[in-house]
Amino acid sequence: MTDERKDLKELKNKAVGPWQLAWERFRKNKVAVVGATIFIIIALAVIIIPMVSQYEMSEFNLDDKNQPPSRDHLLGTDEQGRDVMLRLFLGGRISILVGLMAAGVSVVIGATVGGVAGYYGGWVDNILMRFAEIVYSIPFTPTVISISAALMFRVTSDQKMFLVMALIGILSWPGLARLVRGQILSLREQEFMQATEILGLSNRSKIIRHLLPNTLAFIIVSATLGMASAILTEAGLSFLGLGVTPPIPTWGNMLQRATNNKVFTSYPWMWLPPGIMVMLTVVSINLLGEGLRDAFDPKESR
Amino acid sequence: MENKLENLKTPQEDKILEVRNIKKYFPIKGGFLQRTVANIKAVDDVSFYIKKGETLGLVGESGCGKSTLGRTIARLYEPTEGEIIYDGVDIAGLKGQGLKDLRKNMQIIFQDPYSSLNPRMNVSTIVGEAMLAHNMVNKGREYTERVIEVIEKCGLSDYHIYRYPHQFSGGQRQRIGVARALALDPSFIVADEPVSALDVSIQSQVLNLLMDLQEQMGLSYLFISHDLSVVKHISNRIGVMYLGAIVELADKRTLYNDSLHPYTRALLSAIPVADPTRIKEMQPIIGEIPSNVDVPSGCKFHTRCVYAKDVCKEVIPEYREIKPGHFVSCHFAGEI
Repeated sequence: MTDERKDLKELKNKAVGPWQLAWERFRKNKVAVVGATIFIIIALAVIIIPMVSQYEMSEFNLDDKNQPPSRDHLLGTDEQGRDVMLRLFLGGRISILVGLMAAGVSVVIGATVGGVAGYYGGWVDNILMRFAEIVYSIPFTPTVISISAALMFRVTSDQKMFLVMALIGILSWPGLARLVRGQILSLREQEFMQATEILGLSNRSKIIRHLLPNTLAFIIVSATLGMASAILTEAGLSFLGLGVTPPIPTWGNMLQRATNNKVFTSYPWMWLPPGIMVMLTVVSINLLGEGLRDAFDPKESR
Repeated sequence: MENKLENLKTPQEDKILEVRNIKKYFPIKGGFLQRTVANIKAVDDVSFYIKKGETLGLVGESGCGKSTLGRTIARLYEPTEGEIIYDGVDIAGLKGQGLKDLRKNMQIIFQDPYSSLNPRMNVSTIVGEAMLAHNMVNKGREYTERVIEVIEKCGLSDYHIYRYPHQFSGGQRQRIGVARALALDPSFIVADEPVSALDVSIQSQVLNLLMDLQEQMGLSYLFISHDLSVVKHISNRIGVMYLGAIVELADKRTLYNDSLHPYTRALLSAIPVADPTRIKEMQPIIGEIPSNVDVPSGCKFHTRCVYAKDVCKEVIPEYREIKPGHFVSCHFAGEI
């Protein structure tokens, strides 16, 4: 009997679940793996490079301003003599963090609202979805520009950063809420959800053990793609001077220098690297997200 | 319309389940205030009983309400009206703990072996989850032991228990569905088209499994199907449903040989015969099944019945016991 039990333990460890299947499919998708690798390299770089850099974020040296790339400053210096490479990767930290947090806020609100609306239905669904539609119809850019302009001189640069995260998150959840609601509605009609009813399982177990695991893959994909778009939005806002403002660097506000004609024509090292980084990051996250979507696709998992 | 006939004939002790005048209407809401504008009469005044250890087959066209009836009896839906007496207790209005306790006695086997199993759970969890929810076993060894016992009973092996649904064939998946229903040790099972989604070669395996289990565990089945030959194979008695009501109910042999209702006869004549030289006399059914929102007046079948007379359009035929154990609702039963 004990031997038999040991065999079963082994079987348990060998069992190929849906998550492992998805992982196998993901690994075979070369494009997605390339995307994931690039993103991991970028993420590691923004964490490590500022730690090993010999410069400080706000250390400026006006004697060294506008220097082209050299051995001391691999990507040159800006108009205040600050090391561009350090600011590029510090800016990357902020940009990625903003993207991550904004996507996080959006997913938490969107999944909760969509999940509750789909599960309980009826008037709860009606109220929540009408509310989502109201938020959905708020024009994003004018709203953010007005709020930013109104608060421009009242908040510090740090607070501005959190404000941008929150704003992007709070204005972008309704799309996800609708999708999650749809997903829950279609799951509720599946016979295995009716089986949970007839088996007498509790609401808690129905939601946590049956509904959530079946929407999780979907939420992860949305979060990933949402993060890419949040990074782009942040870069756009900061470029316009309405997002995160200096002295905190982000890729967006570093790009802003390109609006100066002299910088644009003579000092490409100041604006080209952040531009390339934004593009690389967004493309890699999107490839990763698409790869995850293909890997999780339930039509293939049968 | 009270229907006490059945009650008089069979003593209560024999019956595991008795349904009296049960109705299930689904409201159609419309307009600005979402008021009920009409009802879909999915099940409309059905009465029958099932004896301990027997199988009652339920046949009918798709959309006639047989699945709704099964799910209402198992209390997946709340009945609009009527009594469902299980083991001497009316379960039609049960809620909360009472309903949860009922789940241990009454289970459903679902139709679609693909959508009825959660793709993210392994067999052990699918089958055992409810036993834990009802505190029937302790976690750990006893749990594993019991899950293995149940799945082995259903023709699976112990090494299957940590596999996921996608690693099984349709027939095996349906066995998992059966095991899940049996895990709570019920005495009554609503089998809602349990073999309709399977290959013909697999159908008989699952049917035989159900019959073996019935013998071993003394189960009673309400077996819903649209396949007359499947129902004939497994049932003791058979009820024929049309537009939310039972039109004829009798033991298997009587129903197949001496059916009285024109609808039953038409259904039976539609069974294909595996003999090309034999030309069967076909009983025609005219037209399409009517809407169950605007149900025809009088006899529900009069719009499609070749024998329909004026009285059929006006008077609802009584569901009566024309011979012992043979129920039919037709004005001209025995005359046509």
